[in-house]
Amino acid sequence: MSTILYLAHTEADGTLGRNALEALTAAKALADGMGAELAAGIVGEDVQAAADSVAGCGAKFYGVSGPEFGQSRYASDVNACEALVKACGADVVVAPATARFSRSLPGVAVRVDGRVDTHCSAVSAKDGKPVAERWFYRQRMKGELSRDERPWIVTLSPGCYEQFGESGSAEVESVSAESASRTKVTGIKSPDVDEQTIRPDASMLFVTGAGWTKKQGDGQTHVKQAEGVILDFLTKTKSSLGSSKSLVDISGEGHEVISFLTHLHQVGQTGSTPRHPKGLATCCHGEEPHVVGWRFIKDRRAINTDASCGWAQGKADVLYVGDAFAIMEKVNELLNG
Amino acid sequence: MSEFHIVVCGSIVPDPLQTLEPMQGPTGPALKNEMMLPAVLDPWAGHALFEAAELAKKYAGSKVWLVTLGPKAKLQQVMMNVAQKVPFEVVCVDGPASGFDDSFEVARVLSEAVEGIDGLDKGKLLLFGGWQSASRGSGAVMQMVGERLGVTEQFQGVDKLVVGDDGSLEVLERVEGGAWQASVCEGAPAVFGWATGELPEPPNNPQVGMQNMRLIMPALQQAKPADMGSSSLSFASVELPAQRRETRIVKDASVEDIAREIVEWVQS
Repeated sequence: MSTILYLAHTEADGTLGRNALEALTAAKALADGMGAELAAGIVGEDVQAAADSVAGCGAKFYGVSGPEFGQSRYASDVNACEALVKACGADVVVAPATARFSRSLPGVAVRVDGRVDTHCSAVSAKDGKPVAERWFYRQRMKGELSRDERPWIVTLSPGCYEQFGESGSAEVESVSAESASRTKVTGIKSPDVDEQTIRPDASMLFVTGAGWTKKQGDGQTHVKQAEGVILDFLTKTKSSLGSSKSLVDISGEGHEVISFLTHLHQVGQTGSTPRHPKGLATCCHGEEPHVVGWRFIKDRRAINTDASCGWAQGKADVLYVGDAFAIMEKVNELLNG
Repeated sequence: MSEFHIVVCGSIVPDPLQTLEPMQGPTGPALKNEMMLPAVLDPWAGHALFEAAELAKKYAGSKVWLVTLGPKAKLQQVMMNVAQKVPFEVVCVDGPASGFDDSFEVARVLSEAVEGIDGLDKGKLLLFGGWQSASRGSGAVMQMVGERLGVTEQFQGVDKLVVGDDGSLEVLERVEGGAWQASVCEGAPAVFGWATGELPEPPNNPQVGMQNMRLIMPALQQAKPADMGSSSLSFASVELPAQRRETRIVKDASVEDIAREIVEWVQS
């Protein structure tokens, strides 16, 4: 009988993150579909609480724990995951595509002479065999793939499955692994809470395009005003902020820029492709590469002065033709009420 | 003072402005008219190369190699442009640059090419590359190249690398939620999968271009054909997403009406 290993790591507070809980839903369905055994391997400083939180999945639990494994580092993570894969004799490994596992699991594939497919959007059983889906060429085309090499490690992007939530009491078999590393994690650097504008769990992505920094009807730019309008909307709606590449790159061309935008905000061909239920694009004028960033936004609306904008036609559900400054200021005013 | 041997792994991708369409090739999926599409150096590999050159400039005695796998003719076209940006030596492997190739096999070919670099001191090795690509986008190749070369200090989504006086490496890596994880590594060897970094694309410098091309042309002529192995990876389908939406265009409506509709939608 095949063994499907669900692999996860704890977050700083000892829990399993959203992406990890989603990956368990996929792993369990895959095991059921293949008639395979389900094993669960968890890496973290202390894994018992995390294991208990998903004990209802019916897996046999393995854990690599200790203070050194609370840190997200390649050397210790790759050792821990290698040990877990070997401990349960996994044929297929399903794991969340977190930053931590995206860094380490490809190395695990080399260690165990397996193969890895990352950032998949689905994994399922077809005719009793595992198949995965993922996007290629920056979300422009989707492929369904399979392979014979084992172990096969599949990492799943966030937002593709429901979160697993059946808790219980888990008996965790402790697995030992080397923790030596020449790297020490010194902390997390992020903007102050009030300035944090990237919110992966937000229900809406608010995308700003280069139009916010261009000359307006009076022949002047109004970048400070734009900043106020954008931040006001983000604060009121707790949306996540995205930006077109052109707006982020303007800084390199000597133009006045929106001060809180960085490359981290960039969506699209060379940026991220976030998953949010809703997306509102403002002042964006992109074609296909630009739209790539919106591939996984379900409900899309746009505000633009050009009714024939290439981004909006066929890509957005609703296009409001108008001045984004005026409309968004009014939106903020109504949100106040 | 530290001295580094910086190896940048990077390939070519279709120009992002091109429309891409999949088709079934003799050995699996491919892009329609792939050889006709204009190509560029992968954007993330470009960031890695520019960061490498900047680092080499700061630390005397350092060297930069660009190790690249792709069709020789296309590599030559792309190198004509890239060579004008920053000084580097190139190691070319003649093979596919397809997004549908197995990342495991690509990593094997690249690691063998790195192993073959004359004069490379692995104790000084900083292995650079992109943390993603505009083709396969697996974000997996660099880790596997590093693992094959025995480099176990690895970083992905790197936006900043600062070398300390003692040769230590202070790194900022992107993590979830618009934040960076800060780490300090004792020193080389290490792997760095770059995100965008902090440097703009350097302007063309014809002098640098001429110097580079003196080494690039022979390297292209000597490029060995890649043995891509025998992966079992197979595709049941590769399709463009069919999702043209019926866009409702709201024009000639008042600012007030539009705003009200947006607010209702936001709060629904």
